[in-house]
Amino acid sequence: MTSHSLFSAFLSVVRRDLLLAYRHRSELVNPLAFFVMVVSMFPLAVGADVELLRRIAPGVIWVAALLASLLSMDAIFRSDFEDGSLELMVMTPHPLSVLVLAKVVAHWLLSGMPLLLITPLLALMFDIDVDVIWVLLLTLLLGTPVLSLIGAIAVALTVGLRKGGVLLAILVLPLYVPVLIFASAAVDSAASGLPISGQLYMMSAILFLAITLTPWPTAAALKMSLG
Amino acid sequence: MMKFLHKFSSPPYFYSISGRMLPWLTALFLVLLAYGLYGGLVTAPADYQQGDSFRIIYVHVPAAWMSMFIYMVMAVSGGIGLIWRIKLAEIVSISSAPIGASFTLLALVTGSLWGKPMWGTWWVWDARLTSELILFFLYLGVIGLYNAIEDNRTASRAVAILALVGVVNIPIIHYSVEWWSSLHQGPTVTKFAKPSIHIDMLIPLLVMAVAFKIYYAIALLLRCRNELVQREQGSRWLDEVLEKV
Repeated sequence: MTSHSLFSAFLSVVRRDLLLAYRHRSELVNPLAFFVMVVSMFPLAVGADVELLRRIAPGVIWVAALLASLLSMDAIFRSDFEDGSLELMVMTPHPLSVLVLAKVVAHWLLSGMPLLLITPLLALMFDIDVDVIWVLLLTLLLGTPVLSLIGAIAVALTVGLRKGGVLLAILVLPLYVPVLIFASAAVDSAASGLPISGQLYMMSAILFLAITLTPWPTAAALKMSLG
Repeated sequence: MMKFLHKFSSPPYFYSISGRMLPWLTALFLVLLAYGLYGGLVTAPADYQQGDSFRIIYVHVPAAWMSMFIYMVMAVSGGIGLIWRIKLAEIVSISSAPIGASFTLLALVTGSLWGKPMWGTWWVWDARLTSELILFFLYLGVIGLYNAIEDNRTASRAVAILALVGVVNIPIIHYSVEWWSSLHQGPTVTKFAKPSIHIDMLIPLLVMAVAFKIYYAIALLLRCRNELVQREQGSRWLDEVLEKV
């Protein structure tokens, strides 16, 4: 088998998932609406003090992004598992880990990207400086793919279970911690005018580590769930 | 060595030899515990800054060490079970999880009790406390996942994958101490050149650490035997063992 056919398999899985999502457009909006709503609950809860809101906004946006990605995560394998297309993917001559990576890429384009696009708007509502918004976006760009990659492992582990929802959160949230820490540290440093390259290097390192390593456990877990 | 391991991993042999090991381990544990507690609570000098409050380290530090050690045991034996499909390794892996979770909780609670008189607060969001808390969450995830999957063998494989993924977090836990400025004491024991802890304080601490390890071995063997009996119901060797009882 040539690498060309592997790459085209990768692309066709991405294309298929995007097309499927396009046919169910309304489902795409829900995690985004959730993200915006969670963020807008915070001013109501802690008060409308602009100074305070500006300080906590990056953290709030990040936690909301974490929760939103958690919500949308379950969909990544669920329908394929139920209608049997996942079994067909396992049976193709291509390594499952590559196909899994394709599914994660499609999932990030559908769930991570929209968060990135709406974040500047939310950031303006919290009166964050423009420079800090750029850093926030950069951390989201580096961080949200990691969330999808790690989340895929947990979804693969729980996809065969009927009540996977809460369990998924318990499995995934502890693993999200490093991303959250470095992202918020970067935004904090940017807000106080300190260099942020260290945190961004760490986040890039985590991203590449996740791209390289997570498809294997995800593939193994999927095979286990399929029995 | 390999031969011994191979033999040890056969359920009937493990069941009989672990039964014979348990009384010895229990005796050893009690002796070490008595010595460690006496040494730590009575003979060790009071700390010049912390007074008698520091004595909680004789429970806190070994518990914290165990919390990470058991996670590694769980992940490694889970990995062995995943690769070579050794039943006993799977059992060791999943039997470790509740014990590890208990030690983690113990470390958190004792740390919090110590933090109140020392730092003036029950809890600070400091790197080590937080990472210990996250370790506790990781244990909860492992236990939750195992209980959610009905088939034992499938559940063991799922848990092994999860534990191996979680291991990536252990180095981050460790280095977090150096990366974030922290209220927590720096390590005082592992500086090999010159430990900054008095020798009369150190010896009971190490004895307690060994005692905790042996306690873990005892609890692990008991849980493994229990799990083994449940999983091997109806097999011939088990019927033979049960007949003798």
